[in-house]
Amino acid sequence: MNLTLKVWRQQNAQAQGGFETYQVKDISSEMSFLEMFDVLNEQLINEGKEPITFDHDCREGICGACSMHINGQPHGPWQQTTTCQLHMRAYKDGDTIVVEPWRAKAFPVIKDLMVDRRAFDRIIQSGGYISVDTGNAQDANNLPIDKHKADESFAAAACIGCGACVAACKNSSAMLFLSAKVAHLALLPQGEVERKTRVVNMVDQMDKEGFGSCTNTQACEAECPKGISVQNIRRLNAEYIRSVFSGD
Amino acid sequence: MGFTGLFLISFLVVHCYVNALIFFNDGGVKFTEAAHFMGTNPVIRIMEIGLTVGIFAHIIQGLLLTFENRAKRPVGYAKTPGNKSSKWYSRSMGLLGTLILLFFVLHWYHFWIPNRASQFMGNGEIDAYAKMKLVFSQAWVVIVYILGCVSLSFHLMHGFWSAFQTVGLSTRKYKSIINGMGMAFAIIVPLIFILMPLSFYLGWLA
Repeated sequence: MNLTLKVWRQQNAQAQGGFETYQVKDISSEMSFLEMFDVLNEQLINEGKEPITFDHDCREGICGACSMHINGQPHGPWQQTTTCQLHMRAYKDGDTIVVEPWRAKAFPVIKDLMVDRRAFDRIIQSGGYISVDTGNAQDANNLPIDKHKADESFAAAACIGCGACVAACKNSSAMLFLSAKVAHLALLPQGEVERKTRVVNMVDQMDKEGFGSCTNTQACEAECPKGISVQNIRRLNAEYIRSVFSGD
Repeated sequence: MGFTGLFLISFLVVHCYVNALIFFNDGGVKFTEAAHFMGTNPVIRIMEIGLTVGIFAHIIQGLLLTFENRAKRPVGYAKTPGNKSSKWYSRSMGLLGTLILLFFVLHWYHFWIPNRASQFMGNGEIDAYAKMKLVFSQAWVVIVYILGCVSLSFHLMHGFWSAFQTVGLSTRKYKSIINGMGMAFAIIVPLIFILMPLSFYLGWLA
């Protein structure tokens, strides 16, 4: 199929960006969206132009590196799919596709479609871990964990930190990401020790990074490639209130 | 927003209940009795101060939230998902709130301000039932009231559930119940309010 692509090009964080229009020909419906971009980049290199910078790593839908805002939706039109797992059969011959980077004050553009998502790393550093002394790993069954809680925690841990929630949110809020990290640990006995300080520190860090506030539109859940539920945001709110009222 | 929202929702229940007494169609006897209690009881008068604080806190929080959040995306998208991932009324709470506030200004001008002013001057309460009859004889007023209540309805469709989510109560177990109650509340309460000016205008009430 032949496609028209309108892609955001921006030299660096300070530069004024803009859309460039490209034509790609003979794209197979079995290609992934990123492979289609590889074809476009080879074409640009052959023409002596600068290829488009975009984030990607595993191309298996598990690393959270890819981050394109495609025709108004983070990771494109398919439900619970990352950009790398979006395939060209989602489009038909003659389509025009608009590709933009994640847009948020906390995610400044590095170049073209690549944004700086280190704000997420700093949120994790502020509390998204458990402190354990090193030593032999104990037998897994020594710690009884309720099956329901284990399942909820596992579902929250599926978050790959891609930032689609921020990109989808009209407020650029990172609440779905943060809530997944908080819920994942708060539900398990290992996370119990730092439970109260974790949620407060992580929320403080999120605010410092310049993300917006949640207004419960639920666009994040609809666009999340891992199907993280806004039920985690409910849990985060409860954890936060509990911590504030019962903290030292 | 959640805490003040829940507080204002609780007020709507009382306001709706008292005013719905007009539907006894007894020339406003039951309604006037209830309105007299609401207008003179010292506990209610003190709660009214809380309500005023609550409304303005909700408005100020809403404005701060809207403007702060807007600043978090300095460069916008060329293409947005529209209604694919969220409901329009969930994204338009600020706009709906503003429409409700504009309606409130008219509403306060009609009832609350004249009533309190009359009490303050030592003339006692106004005859609210007669005032309703008079005010709701004008078509444009009835239309503005209907539009105000429709805005309130959409505001509640998002706000009711959202408030429970914000305070952490919308658990998986209760979410469907809260959503259902929210939808029912958002439709039934504004509908009862709409029926008030409409009933007077169409002459259904004596």
